[in-house]
Amino acid sequence: MQTKVENNKAWFLVMPVFLIVAFSAIIPLMTVVNYSVQDIFDPYTRYFVGTEWFKQVMLDSRLHEALLRQFIYSFTILIIEVPLGICVALMMPTKGRGASLALILVAIPLLIPWNVVGTIWQIFGRADIGLFGAFMSSIGVDYNYASDPTDAWLTVVLMDVWHWTPLVALLCYSGLRAIPEVYYQAARIDQASRWAVFRYIQLPKLTNVLIIGVLLRFMDSFMIYTEPFVLTGGGPGSSTTFLSQSLVQQAIGQFDLGPAAAFSLVYFLIILLVCWVFYTTIMNMQKDK
Amino acid sequence: MTQLKTSMTRHNTGTKEQAPVYSKAERKTRNAHLRGRFGLVLYLVLLLLPIYWLINMSFKTNTEILSGLSFVPADFTLANYAKIFGDPTWYMGYVNSIFYVSMNMVISLLVALPAAYAFSRYKFIGDKHMFFWLLSNRMAPPAVFLLPFFQLYSSVGLFDTHIAVALAHCIFTVPLAVWILEGFMSGVPREIDETAYIDGYSFPKFFVRIFIPLIRSGIGVTAFFCFMFSWVELLLARTLTSVEAKPIAAIMTRTVSASGMDWGLLAAAGVLTIIPGMLVIYFVRNHVAKGFALGRV
Repeated sequence: MQTKVENNKAWFLVMPVFLIVAFSAIIPLMTVVNYSVQDIFDPYTRYFVGTEWFKQVMLDSRLHEALLRQFIYSFTILIIEVPLGICVALMMPTKGRGASLALILVAIPLLIPWNVVGTIWQIFGRADIGLFGAFMSSIGVDYNYASDPTDAWLTVVLMDVWHWTPLVALLCYSGLRAIPEVYYQAARIDQASRWAVFRYIQLPKLTNVLIIGVLLRFMDSFMIYTEPFVLTGGGPGSSTTFLSQSLVQQAIGQFDLGPAAAFSLVYFLIILLVCWVFYTTIMNMQKDK
Repeated sequence: MTQLKTSMTRHNTGTKEQAPVYSKAERKTRNAHLRGRFGLVLYLVLLLLPIYWLINMSFKTNTEILSGLSFVPADFTLANYAKIFGDPTWYMGYVNSIFYVSMNMVISLLVALPAAYAFSRYKFIGDKHMFFWLLSNRMAPPAVFLLPFFQLYSSVGLFDTHIAVALAHCIFTVPLAVWILEGFMSGVPREIDETAYIDGYSFPKFFVRIFIPLIRSGIGVTAFFCFMFSWVELLLARTLTSVEAKPIAAIMTRTVSASGMDWGLLAAAGVLTIIPGMLVIYFVRNHVAKGFALGRV
């Protein structure tokens, strides 16, 4: 990396970004902080309650369940998506028209609006009109994502794998393309096995992109809302109610502004923590280069 | 030497009619290659199947959809599409979406270009903190900001306008744009800047005439990502609009009615939302992965 010139006038160049993001980020965040310490009945009747809502949120068992569900979900999809993504990337052709075509086809699910992703799976998974649902019942599995909690959860996981494995695959693909051809030639001369090539040449080169992929997937799955909302609406019961879902239910559905705001802040802090890990990792990665 | 020989044998098999002579290792790689192709095709088929099902369904009538499964519509109909294109309350949803997505794209690029340049070229007080703060906004769950956004934009009189959604989406597209552009800009050697200044270019002139053309592909990818993330987002767009600027994603919920779901119409509306993304990805196919990695592969 080149050394950078020290120049505080650069702030003038950053100012527009700062102002525009501050308008959409700092003001709403302060509003949330404001709500989180008050009990609000209507715009004119409000009381200061201090940390009351935070205590309530921390002790709320429904939120604990949502948090646990969220973690299990995020880890499940990571365990499936990362190896699958690597496999797909290894299989993708590297040259010619086939490469472009494969690249575009793999990327398609990423470009579909999230609610349409929900709709696609809502249709696809139904036993009466959907191929997947019909296939499951034809092989004798009693599958119904609308009434069975396990099926609903599995469908949401499947949907996420379908939707986001391409992201991991594309990242790994660009990582693989960065490996110089001489490495492979050396391996061929040494008569290295396919596994050895993967283990000692490809995997080390993939570390960087995999870190980015894992953290992006972790954080994005942590704020998943639209897809399960369309597919199952958080049900049956609360089997697919993740954090964002329960937050929206509380804030918009029940209009419990105070607790919802306190919840938002706790949620945001968790994300911020993960985000900080992400940021430091990437920055260290660049230093090593 | 072995390398050379094997590549020669491969050449021969293409031109001569003799039975090809493969070394054992080569047969192995060929088999692995074929297995790889097969696996990829299988994956792509599974990937495209749900989308195919949606497209298939969009050409069927509701009676046919509910009467049984078929891979090809027996009674091919364009009625679902005709209904969308014939009804302003439907197609205006697409117009609204495209409108605020474009606004967002322009705003994001305009503010992110100078900022990314500053981050890639200069050290200044608080640069690292600023960069982290930007990233944290990309990661903030929209659900957290839902209600405050609604109140903020209502209080400044922007509720139900395109610009409100465009500005709200800036919260994640601007950080993304800064990150991707910074990655591309860092790839341009600093000597170019210095030479331009020595030649007497002022900063704005240098930036527009020399620097921007150099990072064209980066700008293209950034624009694509702003477009994409603003296009796929529903929660904020739905919350900040009611009638005038309602996005297509929100209008799609209308297919649920007292008489049941209008599946064909829902599928047609879904298919139409996929098309814009597929049209634009072609132009950035070679850089798309770099964009997903926030510009740092």
